[in-house]
Amino acid sequence: MTQPFNFFFPVPEYVMHRRHLGAALVLVALSLGACKKQVAVAPVPTSPSTAPAIDVGAAARRAREQFVRDSIAKAQAAAAAMASAAEVANLRAILEATVLFEYDASDVTDAARTSLDAKLPILRTNSALRIRISGHTDSRGSDEYNLALGLRRAASTRKYLSDRGIAGDRIDIVSFGEERPAATGDDDAAYAKNRRAEFEILSGAEALRVPPR
Amino acid sequence: MSIRFRVPFLRALTRAFLLSLFVGVSFAGAQPGVRLGLIYGEGGKRPGIYVLPVAGAYGDSVRTIVMRDLDFGDRVTVLPKTTALATPSGPAAIDYGAAARLGVNGVVQIAIITGGATLTLYNVAAKQVLQRKVVSLTGTVYTQPWRLSIHGVSDLFEEWISGEKGVASSRLAYVAEGRLWVIDSDGANASALTSAVRALSPNFSPNGRSVVYAALEPAGSAIYVTDLRGASRRIVPPSGLNISPTFTPDGNGIAYAHGDDFGTELYVVGSGGGTSRRISIGRGSDNTSPSFSPDGRRIAFTSGRSGRPDVYIADEDGTNADLLAALSSSAQAYRSSPDWSPDGRAIAFQSQLDGRFQAMLITLRDRAVKQLTTEGSNEDPAWAPDARHVVVSSTRTGVRQLFVLDTETGRARQVTVAPGARLPAWSPRLVP
Repeated sequence: MTQPFNFFFPVPEYVMHRRHLGAALVLVALSLGACKKQVAVAPVPTSPSTAPAIDVGAAARRAREQFVRDSIAKAQAAAAAMASAAEVANLRAILEATVLFEYDASDVTDAARTSLDAKLPILRTNSALRIRISGHTDSRGSDEYNLALGLRRAASTRKYLSDRGIAGDRIDIVSFGEERPAATGDDDAAYAKNRRAEFEILSGAEALRVPPR
Repeated sequence: MSIRFRVPFLRALTRAFLLSLFVGVSFAGAQPGVRLGLIYGEGGKRPGIYVLPVAGAYGDSVRTIVMRDLDFGDRVTVLPKTTALATPSGPAAIDYGAAARLGVNGVVQIAIITGGATLTLYNVAAKQVLQRKVVSLTGTVYTQPWRLSIHGVSDLFEEWISGEKGVASSRLAYVAEGRLWVIDSDGANASALTSAVRALSPNFSPNGRSVVYAALEPAGSAIYVTDLRGASRRIVPPSGLNISPTFTPDGNGIAYAHGDDFGTELYVVGSGGGTSRRISIGRGSDNTSPSFSPDGRRIAFTSGRSGRPDVYIADEDGTNADLLAALSSSAQAYRSSPDWSPDGRAIAFQSQLDGRFQAMLITLRDRAVKQLTTEGSNEDPAWAPDARHVVVSSTRTGVRQLFVLDTETGRARQVTVAPGARLPAWSPRLVP
């Protein structure tokens, strides 16, 4: 464990994305701090000291060594709770995964439940997270009524999450009806991709934590 | 207007004067306010109308605009240009014999004078001048205001000929590429009213001077009113869903659909903003796309209250809601986007048939339904001020474009050449 946080060097480019910058800087600071302490205490065990100082020095040395071990353990625990870059990317992907709907319906489907259930522990663990759900429709209905249907999809998705303990005020809803298609074309494959709810992280993702297993 | 004059005699005089302006100055010694008679075609056919050459530097443009307007009006047959019928010089009459031989029933003459034009309509069968009037023309030649005043000339001739004023002097608003546009009724002068916002669902104010619309913003949708130069003010701030706005017939209010967790309901807010009042009773269903009867006492709208979207009419406070039309066994239950005709007699809407929307109209007296379109998908019908023409957004040529339909004959003409034009609205006549 001479370089316990070495896997952060060099910092990968995607970590330096603006949204990740805060988390990356915190981790860098932590790892630098830990290394510095190690360097400072390393010579102590091999230092040839004079006899009268030994008894006093030994107690101080043991205390100092204990302090260093505690500090390292503490830093490691904090770092372990905080997600790695790869884990952050994974958490975001789960949070931002789109859910789909049946034609002219806003009920949460079984497939959508699986996707939403995966978001729940992340939202519970990271209580500062705020998200926005946008509801969308395929192009077959009326432009205006589809905006209402899109809102209904966003609302039923929010209700699924809030029914399972995620405070409703952490989730904004909005509708774009058929105005922002994910897929173009007038066929069933395109329609199916467009009947959806999308998830956008608004705030609180600076230091994402992996949910406990 | 009449409250300015406290003396009854003056008030009566003013009324008589206004009335004479409205019907035009009748010729041949007729009483003011009494129509001399209309021009009829033979055997019940549309009258054949010939527009005489117009003298002057821009006379050809004036003649072309008026000929096209009369053609688009669908009430007359505009006869092709010929050298067999000349414009008389000075006060001389036209050659009635030559006109009759060409099958012309009425002759239109426009003489440009300083600041305006002298308009004359000849009745060929009666060999007399039917109407004559001096009108002013506004704006610099070839600009939009100038063209509008020429369209006003066309509308007046159409009224003299058929008894019904034309709609050439109206404009259309629509959405293309997320922006709001207005265009003259003949397809000229398309101009963007807004920058690249996600604008939707424009509707004109009753005086034609402003347009209300919805805009999709990142945090929700909002309602705006803009004048025709593009100066917008926000009426309803973004929160949840705020869509499909329309002015109340008196112009003092704006009805729109507001959605939240509990469904989408219709509300009315003052035309300058303020507190909203709910006017639909949807009990958790989705209700959108309001359209008022001309007297403002009834409202048509789209509602999902029975499970599928359909068109309902209710009292303006949301009570007494009824399904507009029973479903035929072959029809799929998706009908929406009603627009109440300006004469109050019919409602245009869209109905899904074989997976595509078609424009329909229902006559309120007998609830008879008439299908207006078959080709492509035809959505969001909106009435012209004449209660005869309807504009739709149609995919019949591939990309959505505005088409004007004559509900009497079924004739259709394309208005826009845009990369996708939709959600049309029709202004009132803009030349009084």
